[in-house]
Amino acid sequence: MTDSKYFTTTKKGEIFELKAELNSDKKEKKKEAVKKVIASMTVGKDVSALFPDVVNCMQTDNLELKKLVYLYLMNYAKSQPDMAIMAVNTFVKDCEDPNPLIRALAVRTMGCIRVDKITEYLCEPLRKCLKDEDPYVRKTAAVCVAKLHDINAQLVEDQGFLDTLKDLISDSNPMVVANAVAALSEIAESHPSSNLLDLNPQSINKLLTALNECTEWGQIFILDCLANYMPKDDREAQSICERVTPRLSHANSAVVLSAVKVLMKFMEMLSKDLDYYGTLLKKLAPPLVTLLSAEPELQYVALRNINLIVQKRPEILKHEMKVFFVKYNDPIYVKLEKLDIMIRLASQANIAQVLAELKEYATEVDVDFVRKAVRAIGRCAIKVEQSAERCVSTLLDLIQTKVNYVVQEAIVVIKDIFRKYPNKYESVIATLCENLDSLDEPEARAAMIWIVGEYAERIDNADELLESFLEGFHDESTQVQLQLLTAIVKLFLKKPTETQELVQQVLSLATQDSDNPDLRDRGYIYWRLLSTDPVAAKEVVLAEKPLISEETDLIEPTLLDELICYIGTLASVYHKPPSAFVEGSRGVVHKSLPPRTGSSESAESPDAAPSAGQAAEQPAVIPAQGDLLGDLLNLDLGPPVSGPPLAASSVQMGAVDLLGGGLDSLMGGSGFTAPGPAAPAAMGAPLGSGLGDLFDLTGGVGTLSGSYVAPKTVWLPAMKAKGLEISGTFSRQVGSICMDLVLTNKALQVMSDFAIQFNRNSFGLAPAAPLQVHAPLAPNQSVEISLPLNTVGSVMKMDPLNNLQVAVKNNIDVFYFSTLYPLHILFVEDGKMERQMFLATWKDIPNENEAQFQIKDCSLNADAVSSKLQGSNIFTIAKRNVEGQDMLYQSLKLTNGIWVLAELCIQPSNPSFTDLELSLKCRAPEVSQYVYQAYDAILKN
Amino acid sequence: MIHSLFLINASGDIFLEKHWKSVVSRSVCDYFFEAQERASEAENVPPVISTPHHYLLSVYRHKIFFVAVIQTEVPPLFVIEFLHRVVDTFQDYFGVCSEVMIKDNVVVVYEVLEEMLDNGFPLATESNILKELIKPPTILRTVVNTITGSTNVGDQLPTGQLSVVPWRRTGVKYTNNEAYFDVIEEIDAIIDKSGSTITAEIQGVIDACVKLTGMPDLTLSFMNPRLLDDVSFHPCVRFKRWESERILSFIPPDGNFRLLSYHVSAQNLVAIPVYVKHNINFRDSSSLGRFEITVGPKQTMGKTVEGVMVTSQMPKGVLNMSLTPSQGTHIFDPVTKLLTWDVGKINPQKLPSLKGSMNLQAGTSKPDENPTINLQFKIQQLAISGLKVNRLDMYGEKYKPFKGIKYMTKAGKFQVRT
Repeated sequence: MTDSKYFTTTKKGEIFELKAELNSDKKEKKKEAVKKVIASMTVGKDVSALFPDVVNCMQTDNLELKKLVYLYLMNYAKSQPDMAIMAVNTFVKDCEDPNPLIRALAVRTMGCIRVDKITEYLCEPLRKCLKDEDPYVRKTAAVCVAKLHDINAQLVEDQGFLDTLKDLISDSNPMVVANAVAALSEIAESHPSSNLLDLNPQSINKLLTALNECTEWGQIFILDCLANYMPKDDREAQSICERVTPRLSHANSAVVLSAVKVLMKFMEMLSKDLDYYGTLLKKLAPPLVTLLSAEPELQYVALRNINLIVQKRPEILKHEMKVFFVKYNDPIYVKLEKLDIMIRLASQANIAQVLAELKEYATEVDVDFVRKAVRAIGRCAIKVEQSAERCVSTLLDLIQTKVNYVVQEAIVVIKDIFRKYPNKYESVIATLCENLDSLDEPEARAAMIWIVGEYAERIDNADELLESFLEGFHDESTQVQLQLLTAIVKLFLKKPTETQELVQQVLSLATQDSDNPDLRDRGYIYWRLLSTDPVAAKEVVLAEKPLISEETDLIEPTLLDELICYIGTLASVYHKPPSAFVEGSRGVVHKSLPPRTGSSESAESPDAAPSAGQAAEQPAVIPAQGDLLGDLLNLDLGPPVSGPPLAASSVQMGAVDLLGGGLDSLMGGSGFTAPGPAAPAAMGAPLGSGLGDLFDLTGGVGTLSGSYVAPKTVWLPAMKAKGLEISGTFSRQVGSICMDLVLTNKALQVMSDFAIQFNRNSFGLAPAAPLQVHAPLAPNQSVEISLPLNTVGSVMKMDPLNNLQVAVKNNIDVFYFSTLYPLHILFVEDGKMERQMFLATWKDIPNENEAQFQIKDCSLNADAVSSKLQGSNIFTIAKRNVEGQDMLYQSLKLTNGIWVLAELCIQPSNPSFTDLELSLKCRAPEVSQYVYQAYDAILKN
Repeated sequence: MIHSLFLINASGDIFLEKHWKSVVSRSVCDYFFEAQERASEAENVPPVISTPHHYLLSVYRHKIFFVAVIQTEVPPLFVIEFLHRVVDTFQDYFGVCSEVMIKDNVVVVYEVLEEMLDNGFPLATESNILKELIKPPTILRTVVNTITGSTNVGDQLPTGQLSVVPWRRTGVKYTNNEAYFDVIEEIDAIIDKSGSTITAEIQGVIDACVKLTGMPDLTLSFMNPRLLDDVSFHPCVRFKRWESERILSFIPPDGNFRLLSYHVSAQNLVAIPVYVKHNINFRDSSSLGRFEITVGPKQTMGKTVEGVMVTSQMPKGVLNMSLTPSQGTHIFDPVTKLLTWDVGKINPQKLPSLKGSMNLQAGTSKPDENPTINLQFKIQQLAISGLKVNRLDMYGEKYKPFKGIKYMTKAGKFQVRT
């Protein structure tokens, strides 16, 4: 009696027969029929026609039958939404069942039915289940919120489920905590900007406690969540590390790797002199090694991650070379990864062992692997100078085997060795030449031709060798053709007497008979060089070549740092940041390693968060990226015409849009997700003594109108912009917005022809006049410019909202940078609301739109606050004193007409309590956070 | 999280699909089939495949591909670990994990999968909890169910789910209280031509079978705990106690479980219990080659080496082999070129050997690659690392349990290069 009987079919038509059985009176027969239906479903047969009959079986006390019907419902409800409604009543009833198993099952199943109509009925039962007395039900309900969010995100937000979910993080049951974290993480992924997992030391503490007690899967969620936290100083980082290290001994490899991620990230903050730092390094090696004894699939993922770890911190695994030795029956994907890591770990100490292994691999069967092994020998030679000789002799041994692909690979790598150690191993050339005929791959042929050309003077029959290649010139690949052309020219320059004919032949082949523009151009250049000035030709063609670098395939350091934050994820397997490949990566928040905080510094300032944020908040300079640049270069950045700026920007819309998408993901930095106080601190970050006088100057301008002006910060450092340094700030003076810029020429040549352009942004900021730099800017000279701005440019929502992307052009190049502008430059002068109006509006705006903030350490009294804010167009409408607290009611209006209402609570009676409470209400709640930042910046300066 | 699961057999048929979120069309597996075609062998199919909208993560076990479909950024190890757990669970439920078995028990499989994940989040993966939720099929139960009309779905909330010891159910009762521990060590080694060790490491596990009444609290101590510096524990082990006293203290799950696994790395000296003497000779431009191997014991601490099996993948140029073993049986498959020699026990007085000649393809030069010899063996009553359990104590319960410890050493990936 097995389930395979459910697969047998009858002649009459399966569906018909099942229908009859489903409607049978006998319970047993019904159950059997449902089982048959499920069996058909598992193999992909369409049994949706039976929907009403199966749903009829749902009202039963038999738990198994109920479960089976639920299984069916989940699969087919989507295709039969009207029918699915029939099931709702039973669900709602089951959610009240005394048995928690049934309550949980019902809420779980309901969430899986992806029908809009049903989700509405789900809300009430779900709300109850989230507060259920039984933790099993609560943890199931937590996951259900994520399901619901997937179906209807708006509904979840409107119903306040997100807040309930956040409350569950402090649940007493670790399993519930873990599921709440998992659900929130999943929701946060589709809302990268939302601050769903707002981590603070208290919640971190709760997570760490739950970490010890929840299931292995829960541990993974919690660890991944912890990795996003930014500890405020090195002591906190260390204490988190201490509590995470036991996870390294977990049997589940995913737990281990997630723990490794947390440690690798927080280690960045620890001082290297610390004893603990060394202990931690030692503790990381064994678990990584253990991962390699797991199943091959796990090994593969582990190896991809180890590859990153080894690049970041080679010291961790430097003694563990042997575990990466390849077993002959490892799957090929494991072999190739192991080989890669072997090379990275190769050093003088272990090179002998490595070479012996590589030589062994070079005789294996698998062609791909053998090729890579031979290449690896070459890389060893280049990396460890002392071993070069041994590597070359190993390669020669391999060439003697005469295995075709081994010989070809060997020749390719020997070429690289020649470039790294010129004039050292030329004695092997004779052996290489013996194998000339067997080379049939373009790369190997090109390498061999390069060698012949480079050492033409030592090869007696170089001309004959090259001539033999020349016969089939047109059948060769471009790579070989180019190499052959250069080699023959080299030969001619070295032995001009005998090879004149040859060089003419190749030049005419390249220039007259070839369709390839690269080849033709190179041919013409050589031809002209040779005919006009052979001495110059010699200098050009036979110039000394720069040595090739040790390791060519290292991941670029900034990318590596980012990838370290993604250890254990798909990004780490592909060695690409998630923005490069994850579907719908709308503004994926870029992660960065935390900056190292010196222990002395943090000891003095208990609140080190701003300093951490500040480093991350440095104005991001956008690197000139190939394709992005190409489109932008077409932008008309010449002296702007004095027409309406609106027209100008709309013309370039298409191109700028491109910029927008690209820049969006380039910007970022953890600062934006960091808790509030970091951002204003960065805006107001003092720039050190050198800029002190600048600060005074802008301060002076600021007092004229009273509006707060942040000190200038460097937006575009000179090293990123070929010597042009731009620093600046934003100000608002009597109704007009200005961008105050200081352009400094730190290059050695004069700069001129300046122009500026903004990308579309959230509030339509655009230059109101061209950038006026009257005289060319001489080296080491600065010029201060106040660029008037208006807000009639094109609008595009940015993330963060106050992000502004700027392109500046001069006679040298076009540079891009982006900066954050303080929101208060957009507060207009007529932002005072009438009292009655204020009250009505305050009531009118729904409570969900209210945002609460704290302004820390501000010891001003109500009047001082009021007048300070008024200077920046935040108007106090009423003041009340409630129980010793001063309540200020304020309003402001943005340039685009958005009103923001504020309630500011000050406690003058309690001198030790200097935090102000700020509640903001606005119809567009996304601006609240930035308004708060503006408040914070104004009040603290 | 995990979106869907497809089970695919060796001939490329999808024989089961399960979706935890919306239904993903099975056409997504086409990308997998492409990769499968490209790979020379099933083992070489890459475990992570990206497609335009999804990622396919797969494991290959028991000649079945378990392919998980994910859509968002999910830790791949999480998915792969989970898939292995699925296979383990099937094996636990049905004894073997095969296509036939899964098809025979498709409803239970479906129920189990539904319990294991909810919306892609793992729900219950501990096998003893699952077994409380969905009872594994037995012949007896099928008969009983048919007669009484009862079901194999439990209607009690598994008690372990939420307690502080989620791995153990309450109210366990046995008449015979017993606790058995198996210390099993596998040696992974690569030995080079001349017989010296290139790498050798030991992967050890302690598997337990604990059938004790109530809530016993066990402590297990070792004679030489210093050997264990790289360990992975079952969640039941109290890590603090291990850190401070090097004692394993735990409330065990009920039934079979893996208490810990450990790794004795290449840095420590690993004893190699057997050696292989070989003389494999392909002569140039001759159609005959000589083949001779002898297996003997090395560092066995006086124990017998048994279950010895030698396999070797011969080069393509070998057409046939005519060999005579001094003991055991041997087979050479001329199609796959795989030589298998089932040796059995090693008698130190009379070492087993396999001698003879190879017929080589005429006219071709000698093969480039040398065959690697793969060795399997078992040694009872010995843990090659020298690990020894000191004592096992039980607290929290009054009765006296039967206790037993067994040691065994096995070859893992033990390879001799020639």
